[in-house]
Amino acid sequence: MQYLVSVIDDKSDPGSTDRQPAISEFNERLIADGYWVFAGGLADTDAATVVDNRGDQPVLTDGPFIESKEYLAGVWIWEAPDLDVALKLAAEASKACDRKIEVRPFQ
Amino acid sequence: MSDAELAVTRAHRDEWARVVAALTRRFGDLDIAEEAAAEAFATAVEHWRADGVPPNPGAWLTTTANRKAIDRIRRENKRDDKQKEAQLMHDDSPDAPGVIDDNRLRLVFTCCHPALAVEARLALTLRMVGGLTVPEIARAFLVAETAMGQRITRAKAKIKAARIPYRVPAAEDLPARVASVLTVLFLVFNEGYLASGPDTDPLRHDLTTEAIRLTRLIRTLLPEDGEVAGLLALMLLTEARRPARVSPDGELIALGDQDRGSWDAALIAEGHQLVRERLAAGVAPGRYQILAAINAVHTSARDARDTDWSQVLALYDQLVRIDGSPIIVLNRAIAVAELDGPEVALALIDRLELGGYHAYHATRADLLRRVGRSEESRAAYGKAIALAGNTAEIAYLTRRRDQLG
Repeated sequence: MQYLVSVIDDKSDPGSTDRQPAISEFNERLIADGYWVFAGGLADTDAATVVDNRGDQPVLTDGPFIESKEYLAGVWIWEAPDLDVALKLAAEASKACDRKIEVRPFQ
Repeated sequence: MSDAELAVTRAHRDEWARVVAALTRRFGDLDIAEEAAAEAFATAVEHWRADGVPPNPGAWLTTTANRKAIDRIRRENKRDDKQKEAQLMHDDSPDAPGVIDDNRLRLVFTCCHPALAVEARLALTLRMVGGLTVPEIARAFLVAETAMGQRITRAKAKIKAARIPYRVPAAEDLPARVASVLTVLFLVFNEGYLASGPDTDPLRHDLTTEAIRLTRLIRTLLPEDGEVAGLLALMLLTEARRPARVSPDGELIALGDQDRGSWDAALIAEGHQLVRERLAAGVAPGRYQILAAINAVHTSARDARDTDWSQVLALYDQLVRIDGSPIIVLNRAIAVAELDGPEVALALIDRLELGGYHAYHATRADLLRRVGRSEESRAAYGKAIALAGNTAEIAYLTRRRDQLG
């Protein structure tokens, strides 16, 4: 079962900026234990562009699809046997990143 | 009621969770298990009326439900997946002894999984473990039937989509997971004991009974768990006072004013026995065990004036150490008022941030009344009345307010 694991940061109360060593260490463990599928940190939401081509022509909008204090700062994809395993890893991930984590299963 | 109907009612009470649990185990799908179990119980009445009640109703229901589930899977898989169907057909071996209870425990832990919202856990547990119908659960929580149906459907869908496992948690996770189960059962009980809403009975016997029944079940499944025993004792000692709790004209009767002769002696004896067992276990008690012990002190006094308040306070002191939440501090203050007077108690609760909690204002109103601050007491009763949801409690608070000089 694959899970999309989102790292949620908060513009008004951001997590600490010195987390990279802890995250790298956690990633190494994810790889060693066979949970790691993909990981990536994201640039600021200001760098996002929304494309809507449901009409006659593509409409481009500067910025994220929704403006909110909380935003997606990075993602993982994990392979885990069930939600309990994923939630346990997510608890560790939240500590490592000093940020909230959303766990969502793929279909 | 005919013999067949009686037998089905009894089987429903005793076997529903077993059947659902066994089917969930076998088919890995709560939806299929629930529907097939419901179908099996629905057909049982006419079959048992025609052919007599089978010697082992539980086995009959499980076999019938299994067949219904396979029929359904076959219908859904008509076009493809013949292989899966064959696989299902082969797994017809009966569970080993003890496995069934493991299955029920699995079911409870799955329904009370912390990744589900508390309301979803409540609804799902009452449906899958308690066997209540969706309309019954909707009525219990004053929610529209469609909304309740959706809540249960969503919860089942999340369990499936997110792959919430169907298993008893590992020993290291057990205390937290049991706590989640007990929270659900306590919520069911409390809603029965202090029912909310203008159109419900102030006491919901159906809910308290169901909560006690499910807690008994959990206790048979987890006999070593002190908090499970504690919660059961707490429920029994609270339920024991139910006959004395509401006056004939529908007004709540405070603990100190209750007719103690009408308390249920058998429930009290059972509750006291559980509390003694936990004391003898010599393990540091959790909050339910301490709350049960407090209730044991109250139910040991033949007259309210004989209440051992210093014992009650000592137990609250113990409770505050593991749970210093404002509600516990508030309840502790009631014992302080009995020992050191209402002035001291008032000082303890004045700074509590419980402005939205009716019992805070009710307690304050009573303490203010006792120190002669009538105007403030009247205002506090007003706030309590505005926030209270239980009709009997509102009637009680209103009379107390109107009796102020």
